[in-house]
Amino acid sequence: MNAILLALIGMFIFFLGYRYYSKFVAERIYRLDPNFVTPANEFNDGVDFVPTNKWVLWGHHFTSVAGAAPIVGPAIAIYWGWLPAFVWVVLGTVFAAGVHDFGALALSVRHKGQSVGTLADKIIGQRAKILFLFIILILVLMVNAVFAWVISNLFIRFPASVLSVFIQIPLAIWIGYLVYRKKGGMLFPSLAALATMYIAAVTASRIPALQLDLPRYFGGEETIVAFGLNGVAFSFFVWITILMIYVYIASTLPVWKLLQPRDYINSHQLVVGLAILYLGLFFSNPAITAPATNSAATDMPWIPILFITIACGAISGFHGLVASGTSSKQLNREPEARLVGYGGAVGEGLLALASIIAVATLFGSQGDFLGAYDSFAAANAGGLGNFVQGAGELATGLLIPADIATTIVAVIVVSFAATTLDTSVRLMRYIIAELGKEYNVMPLTKTHVATTIAVVASAALVLLPEGPQGFGSGGYVLWPLFGTSNQLLAAITLLLITLWLKRQGRNYFVALVPMIFLLVMTLYAMARQILLEWSGFGGSDLNILLFGLGAVIFVFAFWILIEAIVAFGKRKPTLPKDKAM
Amino acid sequence: MKLKQLFQLYDQILKQAHRSEIARELRDEEDLFFLLLYSDMLGIPNPAFYYTLELYPHMLERFHEWHTRMGMDKSPLSGFRCC
Repeated sequence: MNAILLALIGMFIFFLGYRYYSKFVAERIYRLDPNFVTPANEFNDGVDFVPTNKWVLWGHHFTSVAGAAPIVGPAIAIYWGWLPAFVWVVLGTVFAAGVHDFGALALSVRHKGQSVGTLADKIIGQRAKILFLFIILILVLMVNAVFAWVISNLFIRFPASVLSVFIQIPLAIWIGYLVYRKKGGMLFPSLAALATMYIAAVTASRIPALQLDLPRYFGGEETIVAFGLNGVAFSFFVWITILMIYVYIASTLPVWKLLQPRDYINSHQLVVGLAILYLGLFFSNPAITAPATNSAATDMPWIPILFITIACGAISGFHGLVASGTSSKQLNREPEARLVGYGGAVGEGLLALASIIAVATLFGSQGDFLGAYDSFAAANAGGLGNFVQGAGELATGLLIPADIATTIVAVIVVSFAATTLDTSVRLMRYIIAELGKEYNVMPLTKTHVATTIAVVASAALVLLPEGPQGFGSGGYVLWPLFGTSNQLLAAITLLLITLWLKRQGRNYFVALVPMIFLLVMTLYAMARQILLEWSGFGGSDLNILLFGLGAVIFVFAFWILIEAIVAFGKRKPTLPKDKAM
Repeated sequence: MKLKQLFQLYDQILKQAHRSEIARELRDEEDLFFLLLYSDMLGIPNPAFYYTLELYPHMLERFHEWHTRMGMDKSPLSGFRCC
């Protein structure tokens, strides 16, 4: 099949979803009212509550939710063939993610801009709020571990990208100084910084001396470097340690010094990345060489594992946090929630679609694909690297040499992953502090105590699982757990939306159906993974870490299901009926 | 839309991510500056009070904004007669 045709079909379905389904949901289900006074206007304080232009808010929402996750999941899930991944991304975006992101925004706007966590407390009860906090804690812990591994893996596989990524740090600090101490603009210095990074990427691609190839320095797999670790395992250990020290510093510094200018540069990279992928696709017109369905994929069933492998890109609970945490406080008019919430989900769907196409067109033949994706473990370990190479191949359509394009795409993906990692460590620090307040453990509320716990726990989690290259290389096995916790968070938000709609006497099936689907798939997937993969029974290897984490997530999923049934059966309304209808 | 407006829109989108956090930090700094200027009114001796008092007319509106933000409808300090 032709890749352009696949992209056009996906885009057309997204268009139909936005044009018709989101309109139906906006008018008939959420009943957005242009005369409703939004929290941004009601509580305008110039800081948190500020009425914002709808395009600015859409752009902000999209750049906040689009990261490395919608790229990684589809690049792994193509193991079952491109068709299941494509169908889940497209239908998931239209019927689940769109309704979820849009609903979280609408729900929060109708409740004074309160976050999903606070609303869980109000609508379901105190138990739900604590459950919610713990699920977020697990989610951010997974994010830290997985993305530290993702970045280390890319540094090891694409050493030419290291220089550009590390040059970005002093450049960002310089921009922060320029903007906030010298009162300059950020746009042009950040473009100059981006150009410098890409020049470094081009130079490093062609000059091996500029590539920081740690496994080569440490003698590769054959040499034992220290603590019984070979060159590759030791490289993982070194990169993960450096990354953890970096995130500690980055997440405790004032945001204007490093994070804001760095995120600003990275947002340019999102534009560059999408342009490379889609323009490259239309100019190079590659054929899809991956099979539509992979009959050789027998070691892991696509139902239910596909639905936890692709979380972001089809539906993600993290979006609900962004929608109800910041976007809802800045929405100028209620009908704009459709563009910001549903439109943001569509943007993320486009990124996931690009990831599927980049991997599906990478290989010379179906045999090559089957060789690279010969097991689910190989798909997990190599998926993202395949995306980087596939995107590099697409960029040749724009006359960029493949090796240079591959380095630039690796830089872009590492930057996305680093942004996610920074944000996640910062978020984990806040959650630990909040739990400290909740349970009156005051030391936990201190910045450095909370950050140390966050960083050490994340480092331990990423270093513990054993991968094919030994110590530190097994972070990818956490990916399904990350997907599961993300889906659980989305299920809670969908539950809240369902209860709100039920209270208003409206058709709540638009939220109920994806919620039940997510809960069933999550419970099924976790039960299967725990019993058949990690428990040690029936020929599986015992993995205490994964078994323990999986069991905790399974209990949480089951708990949510019970809470949902109880909350749904309650006769006494937990929410007042909206005034403006 | 003109090119300049397009650049401004793009710039705003990219700055939006940390806008609130930076606005909050700036507001905290301004509150601290306020305290340094008028600490004398709270009983904390300020040797420069004679000079800082000259800023009083410029700070009146900002002080009103501060006490309403802190949940006080009327001025808590008799020295400041903003409302």
